[in-house]
Amino acid sequence: MASEARTCAVTGFRVYRQTENLIKANAVAAVVFLLIGGIAAVVVLLTRWLGLFAPRTFYQFIALHGWSMLIFWIIFFEVAILYFAGSVMLNARLAGTRLAWGAFGLMAIGAAMVEAAILRSPLNHLSFQPYPPLRGTWDFYLGTDLFAVGALLAVAIFFATVYRARKEKASQGPLPLVVYGAFVTAVLAVATLLVGAMVFVPAFLWAVGLVPSLNPFVWKLVYWGYGHPSQQINLGATISVWYLLAFLTVGGTTPSEKISRFAFVLYLVAINLGSAHHLQTEPSGALSVGWKWINTGYLMHLAVLGSMIHAFAVPGSVEIGQRARGYDRGLFQWLARGPWRNPAFSSLVLSVALFGFLGGTTGVIAGTEQLNLKWHNTTAIMGHFHGVVVAGTTLAFMGLTYYVLPLIFRRRVVAPRLAAVQPWLFGIGVGLMVLAFLQLGVRFGLPRKQPDVFAFGRSPLAFRYPPEVFALLTVAGVGGLLALAGGALFVALVVGTVLGGRRLTDEELRREYAIPQPASNPGHARDVGVRGTFILCLIFAAFFLAMYVANYLNLARAWPIGH
Amino acid sequence: MAVAPERVYWHERVSRLERIWVALAVVMVVVFFSAMMLVWHAVGRQNTEGRAFRVTPAAYRAQVEAFARQYQVGEEAGRPVVEPPPGSDVYMYATRFAFYPILRLRAGERYTLHIASLDYLHGFSIAHPHQWNLQLYPGYEWVLPFTPTTPGVYNLACNEFCGLGHEFMLGKIVVVER
Repeated sequence: MASEARTCAVTGFRVYRQTENLIKANAVAAVVFLLIGGIAAVVVLLTRWLGLFAPRTFYQFIALHGWSMLIFWIIFFEVAILYFAGSVMLNARLAGTRLAWGAFGLMAIGAAMVEAAILRSPLNHLSFQPYPPLRGTWDFYLGTDLFAVGALLAVAIFFATVYRARKEKASQGPLPLVVYGAFVTAVLAVATLLVGAMVFVPAFLWAVGLVPSLNPFVWKLVYWGYGHPSQQINLGATISVWYLLAFLTVGGTTPSEKISRFAFVLYLVAINLGSAHHLQTEPSGALSVGWKWINTGYLMHLAVLGSMIHAFAVPGSVEIGQRARGYDRGLFQWLARGPWRNPAFSSLVLSVALFGFLGGTTGVIAGTEQLNLKWHNTTAIMGHFHGVVVAGTTLAFMGLTYYVLPLIFRRRVVAPRLAAVQPWLFGIGVGLMVLAFLQLGVRFGLPRKQPDVFAFGRSPLAFRYPPEVFALLTVAGVGGLLALAGGALFVALVVGTVLGGRRLTDEELRREYAIPQPASNPGHARDVGVRGTFILCLIFAAFFLAMYVANYLNLARAWPIGH
Repeated sequence: MAVAPERVYWHERVSRLERIWVALAVVMVVVFFSAMMLVWHAVGRQNTEGRAFRVTPAAYRAQVEAFARQYQVGEEAGRPVVEPPPGSDVYMYATRFAFYPILRLRAGERYTLHIASLDYLHGFSIAHPHQWNLQLYPGYEWVLPFTPTTPGVYNLACNEFCGLGHEFMLGKIVVVER
């Protein structure tokens, strides 16, 4: 037991005890914030749907929900992924374990400070768009700064670990695709967190009175160099996790290593420029047409091209794995005969489908210069980012957790039947909610961050929305409740397993979690094994184009502006 | 372990279907979607082509109030209802927690909208029936031409969180027959 490392019975990776403990700590912290964010979501949901809580409570809980989910849950989990990718997958000792515990401490203190600040003062009812001149208290900004410093440290440790693995020849040959993706994500994370410092350090100085004022326009411009890229980190991490899950669940590997890696490079080159789309509704006198076009057109779309490539390569990996396992008949036998009882597999499939159809397409549409006039700050934006980071990232991370529990915690997941249902409950719930948000935003212009669409705080200019709006709010509410039930079930399964799951022996692990080995030659599969994926992608492209054109047609009916 | 390739397959052939897909994606996203942004500037009637100026909130407020006094035709909810000449410049400000004043406009006339925030970031959303949304900042005046096309009552809502009371922040544009 006291040995420094063990060899994983399933993957053959060398797992260092210190790495394992750090992965556990970060994953547990992540789930704690998922729980806090989920509880906050109950208040947010019941207020928007039924007007159950006062606007003031709503603002507080939407701040709590946003920071818990978008930053703390996801980044803690991503740090766990980085340590897994850098240390476990490359068979290397983590570079600087003590520093890694320091990073964990900084992140935990920072996150706790932000949450406490939101709970203690209404000045800190600042959602994920905490724009000056709204001014929070010093601890709100200091908390974000400490968290960012901790996260930066964790990223640095990842880089040092990869360097050590190569130098000590613990890992040779090309990096595995998953580590390659994590590496690109880590580079993006450095840029993101440094830009975050460029806005949150001045904000802190302003909150304590050392800086007299901040220019709100410049602050928002720079802020989105942090706000959106922090979610691009999630994109990179999610896609890396998809490739990992395709391998773990069906033994699938990408149809083309070089194309998949090229797609990650496109992210590296272009994706952070896309944050410019947060300034689309400002007139060209403030930001020129050329500036918007270059940033959110060609440059952003290079990153979108990367995503389109993954949209083919990820399902392609699953198809290749399944066909190699012998499910080679027709176009879709590989999909129909997937290991659906494995919650990690259904999480993967649902996450890819929902992310692509709902999250990805809407991101491109909302980020298009003119179409943004219809989307900006409506519930459609909530539709987009719940499609991406909830149905996509969160569901993918949940899927991976069904492997973290047996392989890292070495405990059998309790209640396997409930676990098999959990991704469906969560995925279908979020999907319904997203569809309703999109309709409400684009068709009915329902504002986001608006707690009272019933009486508008008894404003003398209050107006009444048509009944369809309330019907759609009910759809969103029911979807949200399903998602919350799925989320609660997930947390219950994790807690139940960590505390009470039966310990697995190496023999049991090998038997129950064996990575499927190809029955036939995978080289054969690479050539012809992606026909089903190709058809699915054509359907996706047709849907994407139809949505895009429909949005321009919808815009064309609005009052002319800037003409 | 097969999770890592034995070597990077730089020389490995990419399957025909994947090559077709990448080509399709390039045409769709990089060519078509990007080009649409410029095409719509040429053929579309909903763009953000306008001007922007730095203003002091006090000076801008005085300008809007002078405009409201000059063309006031009534009052609603404690705010002046203002009917400027068709096709003229119309002024509005956003402040916690109101849009000021209420505008009465002629359908089909092209007006020039001046809009700015006096204090915090606000959203200028012609929310219901839904037209479009603009982002406002204190200290910046946006100037954009627009044409209210169909008669009706158009409700404005702030869709950027601007403090406790944000839910209360509404406004109105009434469009009447020409």
